[in-house]
Amino acid sequence: MSVNSPDTTERPGAIDARPVPHPWRWVALAVILILVAMMISSFLTNERWGFSTALQIMNQTPVLEGLWKGTIVGTIGAMAIGVVGGVIIAIMRLSTNPVLRGVSFVYTWFFRGIPRLVLLAMIGSGIGFLYSELNFGVPFGQQLASLMGLSSDFTFFTLDVNQFSSTLLAGIIGLGLSEAAYMAEIARAGIISVDKGQNEAAQALGMSRGQAMRRIVLPQAMRVIVPPTGNETIAMVKDTSLLSAIPVITELFYQTRAIGTRTLQIMPSFVAVTAWYLLVGSVLMVGQYYLERRFGRGFTGKAPKDKRFARPAGMGGA
Amino acid sequence: MTDTTAGELSRTRGDVPLVRALNVSKSFHGNEVLKGIDLDVHRGEVVCLLGPSGSGKTTFLRCINQLESIDGGRIWVDGDLVGYREVKGHLHHLNDKEIATQRRDIGMVFQRFNLFPHKTALENVIEAPLIVRGVARKEAQERGRRLLAQVGLADKPDAYPGQLSGGQQQRVAIARALAMDPKLMLFDEPTSALDPELVGEVLRVMRELADAGMTMIVVTHEMGFARDVADQVVFMDGGVVVEEGKPTEVLGNPQHERTRSFLRRMRSEHDTSLADDAARAAGTDADAPV
Repeated sequence: MSVNSPDTTERPGAIDARPVPHPWRWVALAVILILVAMMISSFLTNERWGFSTALQIMNQTPVLEGLWKGTIVGTIGAMAIGVVGGVIIAIMRLSTNPVLRGVSFVYTWFFRGIPRLVLLAMIGSGIGFLYSELNFGVPFGQQLASLMGLSSDFTFFTLDVNQFSSTLLAGIIGLGLSEAAYMAEIARAGIISVDKGQNEAAQALGMSRGQAMRRIVLPQAMRVIVPPTGNETIAMVKDTSLLSAIPVITELFYQTRAIGTRTLQIMPSFVAVTAWYLLVGSVLMVGQYYLERRFGRGFTGKAPKDKRFARPAGMGGA
Repeated sequence: MTDTTAGELSRTRGDVPLVRALNVSKSFHGNEVLKGIDLDVHRGEVVCLLGPSGSGKTTFLRCINQLESIDGGRIWVDGDLVGYREVKGHLHHLNDKEIATQRRDIGMVFQRFNLFPHKTALENVIEAPLIVRGVARKEAQERGRRLLAQVGLADKPDAYPGQLSGGQQQRVAIARALAMDPKLMLFDEPTSALDPELVGEVLRVMRELADAGMTMIVVTHEMGFARDVADQVVFMDGGVVVEEGKPTEVLGNPQHERTRSFLRRMRSEHDTSLADDAARAAGTDADAPV
């Protein structure tokens, strides 16, 4: 070894080495810049893009109403049903009770198996055909009442299905039920990812299964659940366009396209609707960042809100 | 009801053990890991379970607070049958709530700490008193800070487990178990996952606990701790108790060949890790192994 070492008696100092050259990065950058320049030039010269018209379409009252009711309220509602339902179904799936496990499996199998478009069309038109009204009361109450000749038929509340089935709420419930099946798998993966020792430690302290799940396991599972849920939420923003199958027409894409067809501004209307979807998606990504930070507590190595122990007291006068 | 009778019995007679195990057996998928364990642990006693890995000592410990169920035999803690209710000669399984109630009075410390990583040290300690016992938050926090001080971590209430060393985490875990005012503490190889130089600080806390009169069952490989602190040493191998008695008898003058060969192995390991012991001795006074 000593043969290879230089003759100098001086000890080596700070390293000042040339970086590895990356010529292809520069080539790629040049290609991309040219493409971007071509695109911008097209935006500026091809008047058919119609950006100013698109901006006008974006601000039309029916479009804004469709954005608010169909897209935003629809996404929030469907995801609320989906997340709560999904967690419940995931817990059922992991239960020791075989009945609950079976119900959860069949639910996931059914709602994950049918396309949302078909599900919504069916809710919109099919259910009302089968059951024109839903009676809430004692099971088989009507049959019992006619059998015993009673005047009351044990019905407490009646829902007119044909009226209800074409509302936004029906669409939200449909999307939410479908989403719950996907969220169940995500929640199950999150719950399984939490170390078994956490549950044991909670139970050894005398917590019930429910307490251990709520206080210890789920908060840690959230770290795994949040990123794919962000994905699901952004997918749901886009899937609210399926609400027109119910048909619910206070919906972003339906309204934008209607304006485009009516005014023969097809492409500008597509630009308008694309811009709205991208905007909503961007806002959601910011929200996801903060949620991930919240549930990453204790895992990131740095303290989230409290700066006190950034420098532990025991470290002394550092 | 049963609690008071058991308590009165112990005060009047003084010989009713806090833990009594009779003929406890347990199999995992046809593999019998406990083959009829008998053990009595009296109030204030420290019992160390020793034995090679796979001897069933950890499984037995976990059976006491029902992290594992037993297939045969009986375990009583403070006069209460663990896991079952006997009605007219028939055993009935306890439900989740009743099992949780039985566990409240038994503290457990795990080999891998199992602290709640999303909660600070103080939050870890006060969690069970808040949720299970319904103690007011302020009161629980005061108590929690005292317990952290007791294990030498008065300056770390706001640290997350990920920011603490293994020894510090295990001491938080001990404080967390103590917060429920247990009448019995179970330790499952509490120092096995620690770097050698951190073992001493945990053993010191356990020693103080023993000196304060806590009833403890400790699964351990720390021969020094067993020799100095234990009232009773139980040597297990292959799912049976091979030998039990005072530490001076079992460790100093073992009667069975299996005990002797186990102790020889432990000692030779000790010889090859003198450097570790030097580090440990520097940290503590008398926790070095035999």
